[in-house]
Amino acid sequence: MTNSWTDIKNTDLVIVMGGNAAEAHPCGFKWVTEAKAHRGARLIVVDPRFTRTASVADVYAPIRPGSDIAFLMGMIRWCIENDKVQWEYVKNFTNAALLVKDEYGWEDGLFVGYDAEKRDYDRSSWDYQIGEDGFARTDPTLQDPRCVWNLLKQHVSIYTPEMVERICGTPKDKFLKIAEMIGECSTPTKTMTSMYALGWTQHSKGSQNIRGMAMLQLILGNIGVRGGGMNALRGHSNIQGLTDIGLMSNLLPGYLNVPTEKETDFETYMSTRAFKPLQPNQTSYWQNYRKFMVSFMKSMWGDHATAENDWAYHYLTKLDVPNYDILRMFELMNSGKVNVYFCQGFNPLLAFPNRGKLTSALSKLKLLVTIDPLETETARFWENHGDFNNVDSAAIQTEVLQLPSTCFAEDEGSLTSSGRWIQWHWAGGTPPGEAKHDTWIMAQIFLRIRELYRTEGGVFPDPIVNLSWEYADEGEPSPEELAKEINGRALTPVMDATDPTKTLVEAGQQLLNFSQIRDDGSTTSGCWIYSGCWNEKGNNMALRDNNDPDSTGAYLGWSFAWPLNRRILYNRASADMAGKPWDPSRKLMEWNGEKWTGYDVPDIAPTSAPGTVMPFIMNAEGVSRLFSRGMLRDGPFPTHMEPFETPVPNVINPKIVGNPVARVFADDAAQFGTSEQFPHVATSYRLTEHFHYWTKNNAVNSVLQPQFFVEVSEQLGEEKGIKGGDWVRVWSNRGSVKAKAVVTKRLKPLTCDGKTVHVVGIPLHWGFIGAARKGFGPNSLTPFVGDANVETPEFKAFLVNIEKSTAPKEGPVA
Amino acid sequence: MNVDLSRRGFLKLSGAGVAATSLGALGFGEAEAAEAAHVRAFKLTTTTETRNTCTYCSVACGIIIYSKGDVRDGNADIVHIEGDVDHPTNRGTLCPKGAALKSYVKSETRLTQPMLRAAGSSKFEPITWDAALDKIARAMKDDRDANFITHNDAGVPVNRWTTTGFLAASATTNETAWATTKVVKALGIAGFDNQARV
Repeated sequence: MTNSWTDIKNTDLVIVMGGNAAEAHPCGFKWVTEAKAHRGARLIVVDPRFTRTASVADVYAPIRPGSDIAFLMGMIRWCIENDKVQWEYVKNFTNAALLVKDEYGWEDGLFVGYDAEKRDYDRSSWDYQIGEDGFARTDPTLQDPRCVWNLLKQHVSIYTPEMVERICGTPKDKFLKIAEMIGECSTPTKTMTSMYALGWTQHSKGSQNIRGMAMLQLILGNIGVRGGGMNALRGHSNIQGLTDIGLMSNLLPGYLNVPTEKETDFETYMSTRAFKPLQPNQTSYWQNYRKFMVSFMKSMWGDHATAENDWAYHYLTKLDVPNYDILRMFELMNSGKVNVYFCQGFNPLLAFPNRGKLTSALSKLKLLVTIDPLETETARFWENHGDFNNVDSAAIQTEVLQLPSTCFAEDEGSLTSSGRWIQWHWAGGTPPGEAKHDTWIMAQIFLRIRELYRTEGGVFPDPIVNLSWEYADEGEPSPEELAKEINGRALTPVMDATDPTKTLVEAGQQLLNFSQIRDDGSTTSGCWIYSGCWNEKGNNMALRDNNDPDSTGAYLGWSFAWPLNRRILYNRASADMAGKPWDPSRKLMEWNGEKWTGYDVPDIAPTSAPGTVMPFIMNAEGVSRLFSRGMLRDGPFPTHMEPFETPVPNVINPKIVGNPVARVFADDAAQFGTSEQFPHVATSYRLTEHFHYWTKNNAVNSVLQPQFFVEVSEQLGEEKGIKGGDWVRVWSNRGSVKAKAVVTKRLKPLTCDGKTVHVVGIPLHWGFIGAARKGFGPNSLTPFVGDANVETPEFKAFLVNIEKSTAPKEGPVA
Repeated sequence: MNVDLSRRGFLKLSGAGVAATSLGALGFGEAEAAEAAHVRAFKLTTTTETRNTCTYCSVACGIIIYSKGDVRDGNADIVHIEGDVDHPTNRGTLCPKGAALKSYVKSETRLTQPMLRAAGSSKFEPITWDAALDKIARAMKDDRDANFITHNDAGVPVNRWTTTGFLAASATTNETAWATTKVVKALGIAGFDNQARV
């Protein structure tokens, strides 16, 4: 989230698209009802299904799963055509005026540089024209045909309301009604907020869905202001934190990158990370990258990371492919190339696509280790449960170790909310039986491996035996010790950059925040963006002052928000070029003649006078990007792409299948189904009574929603002779499930490109373990393909068939 | 005085924990005393309140855990979980999932001891922590020594281990995440991901 849950009360218009907050995030959705009740805010819901969020909306519009880009580009086109643009914001705070290279272009659904063989673009032309002064060339009058604004106008021109209806199935009158409501928010005194979740991410072009809305929000001037923003609701309690801390194959903590093998030494690695400003006077805060990287390496390897050995650069893995993401790992596993696999609080047998392939892959491991508070289907993938898990146990040679961990209630530490609040919690219960903290388990594994390397030697033991592991109890680092390490401390005195005689931090003290991080080896910081979470003032994540001066919803005294306790990102953009709030009644930051003041921590150097330093300080341009240069693999603007399994061809260019640059493994490509065999679109979703695959272990939630079902429209029910309560079979080209049918008015057939499209809804909460009845998940059916940029699997749009059926068989294990 | 009234009066006057023997002093008759003896003590008296955060979605609602016993003594038993009214986001409210958090903590499918499933077996069998951890360390060391790629064909140090993978969680603390990152990245495991990928 750029903003926070409590900030939603400040909005005038909420658009929920790609999410269902009322059911999946009920206590956060409360702030939408707050805005409706006390500000007269209105709510728009665009969703394939008439959800409970839709039931309290002012306007609901249906949309075909996987067609969101056409809707969003259509909305941008409509705003431009109808002059619903926050012009001062667009001209000054976005890259609308920057000129793009002459070679860049788009034709027939593809951008310049496409290589069908490599399934990749040459992105070199997707960039600015650079002048002799080294800065991007601009035309502030927006007259130059090569300026971003004119290229955007041209790019969105095809997405007329008629085209939106043809692709999305959204009736034109609904689209226009929504466009008018959204257009009102282009005035500086009206604001829209976007709330989205996995309905946008779980597509082969998920990143572009989100960019589409971010661009619309910039055109309306809704980023950096109270009641605005791009707000990813986020699914799990610490999915934000685990990503921030860099638990990804291609990331290091604080959104630093794992090197590739082309980056043969530290200076080569740093050479593409200079982040030289692209416009005069801009902050380009990533210019501090070296400081964050060196201090991370010092946190990892202490005295073994020195200037002489490039801060132990070669202790790090160098990638030969963009990502060893989960899809690639299961592909490798299925090819017999993975021997040992860990699942820490993760149930991939239900969470990843194409369950048949997952079972086959897990069966080829030598050792599977699961660490979880609960039984999971993954830990028991080898156990026969009749139709629900029809495997031959004797044929599966994988050894499985199932380790019991504690749960939240028995654990101390911090979790990061979607609003970036890092909140500390304390243990309230004693773990059951022999269950252990995850920190203990990780430490015990590490100490044993380190001991083996110390005594036996082995291949490249250096990064293991030299890992900094200075804890009072090596066998169980305390949450306090780990949190302090994340924050960072001074190893030798840190001097003031402007006055080298002045000591800022004494050796051994905690850093105040990331402004004190250095690149000379004098500081550590495990995750720079979290720095400030536990400084010499103590544990700021545990702060519990819930005062909210003037009821802005900021709550600066409650917990600690990264970065620097800032609650709304890009908040300098809440004021105009002179530094006055766009909307005086919703002041956030203001220039008082000397510095920025207001209700939040300024997202700009506090003494940067208005008109020089622009609000998007992380970007080398200083402004936000309507045109994202070569930063995304599938285009500098979002362009309509169909899902890999689609009921209608891509109307722009029928030859384009799915996302033309998404990675597809050969065996998965062979398993894509066609609309001739599988005529209906399916999509997965959550129910308000359940949380993923966890609450089916609870008696209470299992009683509330005991049994797997699929949801179909009355029309499809009639066509197939299916009544509510009937057993049905739903199958794709990868698998088959049996479920009870729920026939509803919440789903209605859509007309797309002249064709009737039925949507089948498949909730995702059932498996073969727990207190609820045995059932299936949508992942038995879904395709094994991910987003072209981040490899998030395409769960939200795929093809199935459906027929009336009989009950599944339980099998030998009760 | 009817029974209902006397029960309410009793609670109001003296709280729920008073033993039946003191009732005479308060002027109750025997019938009321017998009835009052059946009144269950308010279950949250004498419990410890602990601030925590809901483990489900990222709204991150504040919760209060009520337990009997003491975490430091290893005998804290959770008897109730409710929303934290002081929390700015949820202001004491919880959703159908959060309201049933105790049912998660007390689930019959909580794990209580390490288990091993042998190759080809159709059941889990108990194993000690020591044996399980030794087995893991041995398997990892052997696999790393056999398959770790120190240099690529061009002679560049790449320090990449792709035959062992690690999926991290979605609800563990940042502190667990940091400890996990340190260990996994130091070992050189390339296949490292968390739930955010999905």
